[in-house]
Order: sequence, then C-alpha cells, then structure tokens
Amino acid sequence: MSYTIIVFVKQVPDTQNITGDAMKPDGTVNRAALPAIFNPEDLNALELGIQLKERYNAKLVVGTMGPPNASEVLRESLYRGADEAVLLTDRAFAGADTLATSYALSCCANKIGKFDLILCGRQAIDGDTAQVGPQLAEKLGLPQISYVEEVEELTKKKVRAKRAIEGGYEIVDCPVPALMTVVAANVPRPANAKNIMKFKKAMTRSELHKAHSDADYTDAEALVVEEAALKEKGLWIQELTAEDVGADIERIGLKGSPTKVKKIQSVVLTGADFKNIDPTEVGVNSLIHELIEDHTLG
Amino acid sequence: MSNFFTDNKDLQFALDNLDFEALVALKEDDYKFSEEFINAPVDLDDAVDNYRRILTEIGDVTGERIEPRSRTVDEEGPHFEDGVVTYHPLTQANLKDLRDAGVMGVMLPHSVGGLNFPNTIYTMMTEMVSRADGSLQNLFGLQDISETIAEFGTDEQKAAYLPKFATGEYDGSMDLTEPDSGSDLQSVRLKATQDPKTGQWYLDGNKRFITNGCAKVHLVLARSEEGTSDGRGLSMFICESCPELVVRRIEHKLGIHGVATAELQYNHVPAQLCGLRRRGLTKYVMSLMNGARVAISAQALGIAEAAYREARKYASEREQFKKTIDKFPPIYDMLTRMKLKTVAARTLLYETTKIVDLRQGYNHIMAHTPAADLDPEIREKQKRYSKLAAVMTPMSKAYCTEIANEVAYDGIQIHGGTGFMHDFNAERFYRDARITNIYEGTTQLQIVAAIGGVMQRTLDPVIDDLATLSFEGLLARTEKTLKPMRKKLQDAVKFVNEKKDTEYQALMARHLVTMETYILVGYLMLRDALKDTEREAMAEKFILNAIPEMDAAYHLVMSEDTTTIDKHSDIIEY
Repeated sequence: MSYTIIVFVKQVPDTQNITGDAMKPDGTVNRAALPAIFNPEDLNALELGIQLKERYNAKLVVGTMGPPNASEVLRESLYRGADEAVLLTDRAFAGADTLATSYALSCCANKIGKFDLILCGRQAIDGDTAQVGPQLAEKLGLPQISYVEEVEELTKKKVRAKRAIEGGYEIVDCPVPALMTVVAANVPRPANAKNIMKFKKAMTRSELHKAHSDADYTDAEALVVEEAALKEKGLWIQELTAEDVGADIERIGLKGSPTKVKKIQSVVLTGADFKNIDPTEVGVNSLIHELIEDHTLG
Repeated sequence: MSNFFTDNKDLQFALDNLDFEALVALKEDDYKFSEEFINAPVDLDDAVDNYRRILTEIGDVTGERIEPRSRTVDEEGPHFEDGVVTYHPLTQANLKDLRDAGVMGVMLPHSVGGLNFPNTIYTMMTEMVSRADGSLQNLFGLQDISETIAEFGTDEQKAAYLPKFATGEYDGSMDLTEPDSGSDLQSVRLKATQDPKTGQWYLDGNKRFITNGCAKVHLVLARSEEGTSDGRGLSMFICESCPELVVRRIEHKLGIHGVATAELQYNHVPAQLCGLRRRGLTKYVMSLMNGARVAISAQALGIAEAAYREARKYASEREQFKKTIDKFPPIYDMLTRMKLKTVAARTLLYETTKIVDLRQGYNHIMAHTPAADLDPEIREKQKRYSKLAAVMTPMSKAYCTEIANEVAYDGIQIHGGTGFMHDFNAERFYRDARITNIYEGTTQLQIVAAIGGVMQRTLDPVIDDLATLSFEGLLARTEKTLKPMRKKLQDAVKFVNEKKDTEYQALMARHLVTMETYILVGYLMLRDALKDTEREAMAEKFILNAIPEMDAAYHLVMSEDTTTIDKHSDIIEY
C-alpha cells in the first residue's frame, strides 16, 4: 500500500539577511535586492515529507507557485529527496493574495490527482500570514491539522500527529486525506550529493526552451526529443499554467485578490539608553517585574 | 551564516586553478560512466560544476551545523560503559548530516553508490570538516578503509561492504597499532590462524590506540605466518564487530575528544583475508597509510585555518593602549606568518593530492589492462607519479602538521591570557593540532620517508618546469632570490651523499627536507601569483621568510658538526 504526499513550498526573499535597500521608497519589498531562498518552514514541511516517504515508502511530490525561476526551490527539494516536482507558473497568477494563492494551489492539487496528505510550512517569512495552508484545506474540503511538529502514525484511514499548542502539545487523530501545516520542529537535512549531481540537470519546459534560445538553436524536433529524454531520466519538472489546471481567471492573480494594502510602515528600531541590572536574584526579579508591567512579558 | 567553502578565498582558488583535465578524465574513464550512471558527469565542466556545488553544500554543513556543535563535543566526548561506546548525540547528529549529504563514500566508484570524486576534492571536504571539528575528521576520514577494500578486496568483499560504506550505514576502523608496535609495524604480533578444515581465519591478540575501535568493519594487520617476525609475515584481514571483539577501554586524550580511541581484545574473532597473504604491511597498509597521511595533512590544515581565523578576529576586536592589538607590529607579524603558513600548506597539499590522483588513475589503468596491451607512456607516467607521490605525501604531512601546531600556538599567544582559558576555542585548536604530527607516522618518520626522494632529486624536473615560467617585475626579483637556494640545496645533497655517513644523513635529513619543501612551495606560490596578482605579496613574503631559514639549514648541513652524534650521551646523561 503506497501513499502520495504533496508538499507545497514557496520561494521567498531572504528577510533574515536584510540589507539597506530591502524596501523600495513606496514601502514595498525590493525583491531584486534580496536573495531568493527556500521558505524556512517549508523546508520543515519537506523534511517531514521525506521522513514519511522513508517510513511508509510514499511518493513525494513537491509543488510551488511562482515565477519561472522558482523552479530553483523545486530542484532544492529534489536534492533532498522529493520524487517529482511541479511548477505552477503563469503571468495570470501574479499579484495573488492568500485567497487567490490558495485557490490556485487547490487547482494544482486537483490536477496532480490522488493524494493522502498535503504538507505546507506554517507560514512564509515574506508575508507571515499563515493563511495559505488553512485556506487551501478549505478549498479542497480537507480536514487540517495546523502547527504540526511530527507525525506519529499514518495509515490509509487516518493520520496521528503531534501539534504545538501554547505551553505544550497535543496529539490528534485526523481522517485522511488531510492537510497539515508544519512548524520548525525538525532539522531539515542537507542536500544530498548524488541527488545534486543528478537533479541539477532537471528542468522545466521554459528552461529547456531558454537553453535552446540562448544557444541560438531552435529545432522543434530536437526539443521534443530532449523533453522525452529528460522525462525518461526523471529530470522533468512539470510546468503548469492557469489553463492547464483549469483555474477560473477571475479568481487568480491580482483580479482574484480582494486584499488591498492600505498602508505600509517601515519601522526602524533604534536603541535608546541602557540599564545595568545586577546579576543577582533581586536584580533579575526586578527586571522581570518591570517587563511584566511594561507588557513585554506575560 | 557561515559557509566554510565560500568564505575561504584560498580554498576556492585551489579549486579554480587545479589543472583537472587529465585527472578527471582518468577518474571518469573519459566520461564513459555517464552512459551508465545518471549522476556521473558528461564532461570536465560538468564534473567541476559537481565538485563546486557539493563543496559549497559541505561548506554550509560544516559552517552552519558542525562547527556550532564542536565545543560541546569537545567538552563531553563519547561515553563508554560495559564495553559499549556511544558517541555524543551531537557527534551522531554530525554523522547523520554527513550521511544525508551523501559524502560518506566520496571516492568510491559510481558502481557501488559512491561519488567517484578525486582525492583532491575529498581532501578539500576533509579540510572543511576539520576546521569545523577536528575530531570529526577521524570519523569522516575512515572512509579511506572502504577505499582499501575497493582497491584490494575480492568481488564478494566489495559487494558485501562497499554499498553500505557509501551510504554511511557501515563505519570502519584501521587496526594496526599494538602496545609494542607503534612506529615499527613490522613487529605486529596479533595472531591470525586458519582452521585447516574449514579454511576460516581467526584473530587473537590485542590492539591499542584504535581510532573508532567500536566500528562495524575492521581492517586488521595480523601475523598470519607462524614463526616469522618481520613485515613479510603480516597479512590484512577484514572482521566485523562481534562478541569476540571486545572494546576494553577508551583513552583519555589531550585533544580530538570527540572520537573514541579504543583498546581492543581479539578473542578468536572470525575474519576474512583481504588481498594476498604476506602483503599486509608491505602493500596494503602502506597504501592505507598514504591515504591517511593526506587526510591528516588536511585535518591539520583545517585546524590551522580555524586557529588563524579566531586569532585574527580576536586581534581585530581586542583593544589595548587605545587601539586594537592587530595594529601592533609583533601581532600583525604573527598574523602574517600564520596566514602564510596556512596558505603555503594548502598550496603544497593540493599539489600533492593532484599527484596522488594521477598516480591512482594510472595505477588503475595498469591494474586493469593486460600487460601486452599497455601503452609504454602509461607505464612511464605511473612510475613518475608514484615517485612524486612517495616524496610529496610525507613532505605535505610533515609541513601541514608542523605548521598547524605553530599556528595554533601563535593563536593562543595572540589571545594572551584569554587564550589559555577554556572560554575561547584557541586552546582546543592547540590540543587538537598536537596529535596530527604524531599519528599516521610522526614527523620524524615522514622525514625518513621523504629523504630518499630528496637525495635522488625526484622533484628536480617539477621545479625545473616551474622555473621556466615567465616571471616579471616583483615576481622575477623574488624568483632571483629563490634560485640560488636551489643550488645550495643541490650542493648540500651532494655533500651528504658523498659523505656516505648514514647517521649524519639521518641527523641532517630534516634540514634537507625543509629546504626542498620551501623551494617547491616557493615556486608553487610564484606560479599561483602569476594567476592572481593579489597573491604576489604572499609569494614574496613567503620566500623572504624562507630564505634565512634555508640558509641556516644549509649551513647546518655543511657544517659537518657531529657533536650531536659524538657527545649526545654526555649531554643527556649529565
């Protein structure tokens, strides 16, 4: 009995290594100035997926929605142990809020076909909404477990997972298929050398075409042959458009996004004066009291 | 965020400037492997791209994961109870990361699941692992054992062990040293006896100072020929951990705390012969040791790199007399020398691994081609690279491990009193470096191994080639100061040769090897400065530093000073 697990991941600007020009004057993110990275909690979701693959001999499909070069996070996923990769890319998807994104991903999941679990990172470091996973579950009519730390057991009928709650954790059973959002409770494994050597050559159709146009070489027949060869070797990253997944054009991209950004404020934290606290019990107690009064703690 | 590959300009220079073409073509059988194995490279660019990507990945694993764990690993180490060794949870996490990264069978062939990388790339990984945690190298580096099985084992042995080594499921140990056989392995006594009925071999005896003696797979040097007492009575065996193989204790060591060093007792342990009888020491252990010597050179270099970096950082932050201490001449002089030694060691080491790879490549062709079909050119190249490797391997080991100690020593000095305390890593580097010039053959034994090649001027053709490069300006002027030193070395060698006094030669050998090392490295650094003008100052200063040392060595050799030989007992006995 085998399982299919889908992991949805996102390529995000690296907000942890911010440089001076991270924001444009209008307050939006300057994506060009920030390196694109694998969203950290999506790596945790992928790691959980790989662990389940190893435990239950599951097939692991990784999907992402993004611009053509988001294929990089898909290759990163293949380096770590994913079996297949799907890139959902189309200009029509651009400017999506969480509603439009989760709708697009739901179309993608339906296109992929039968699955037992969908895993997502809890939230992305660019928007910090934590909405896409739960919304995707709703769109697909799936039960969901959020804040998952680990999976205790997976059967064809149910999944038993440990989820983080305030001050501890709880263990919940949930019928499958289900969707889980994953928190940073595991250590994502490094990329595997042999997989790097193999999957660095994996590409999407656009990348194959681009390689040809870069080489000033456009032979439709050669493209077909090369595509077939890549598929044969398992080096094909499936590329899907809005049309391919049957998405309603009114519900995706900017058009499908009711969220409007009213105002963006760039908060610059500056240090004020400092205070010496005696490294004694009394000193620490008074600090704690002060922080509680200040509503920093509690 | 640290990546031990991308933050190391000199290491990247080494990768970018190695002349890989012949070496990779040999290793990948002219890229024929790519037809059979999907991850094998299709051409040189593809191969080098693989190396760079994977070195970058390991740079991340070592910098981000392993280094932050190293302090606790050093403080707490492995646990030993009831004959069972348990590695520190963080050491286990390190090993899991390296297994997941797929680098436990770096040099093993594609056919058994290895990466089929050259020794040069493996050594670069070793350097980074050691910079992160000196003691982890001893576990990472034991994949050399699988190399030995790949080279000399039977097909059954290869099938049984190599795929599991490649995934990291199996780990190994190299059981050579005994209480009375350290440097002198010819005197090994552990007994191998064969059951005359079944043909099964059994091992009985003791081994000591066995790195990772708790391993699953052991390569054991044992006396298979009763009544013999020299190296020709020794054979190599493979055995697995079992109730008859008892770990008696693990050692409390000065450094490399993270790895278990065990005393083993063999109570009739079933074993298999590996390779031919009587060739255990003369062929297999020598091959194993040569690989291990390169690995230890890289371990020392990694520790030196770590020690230098911490000292530099400290010196740039620590203020005394109202300025940071790196502004004071004695301190920046120390930092400059530390850096030059590290760069010089790296230059020598990767030149050596290149030769080792070429030797290995031609050895492989020789071993797999019927003698009648063999191109004489191949035979000639195999001979040439073997000779070069035989002198450069011990030369690298002596140089890298000695400078690592010097750099770690100066590293503490720059930290001042703080460096003496456990609060900083400087003292750990000093402790970890200290074993490198002892095990896998002490520096004194490396000199013994290298001196033959020095006396026969094995490196002359290599240096001749380097000397024909067209140096200009500063580099030409620098080369002019180095050139007379070659003449002095040749004179000194001639002088010792003509003296025909083995005791005098043994006494003076280290001076001759030092001169040879400086001349070779001096020329290599000049060559590298031609490729990158930013390296000119390093070449210049390295050679300027080396000249007075070479002069001193020259005078010592030519002095005919035999007081040490004649009067050492008067002095020692007083």
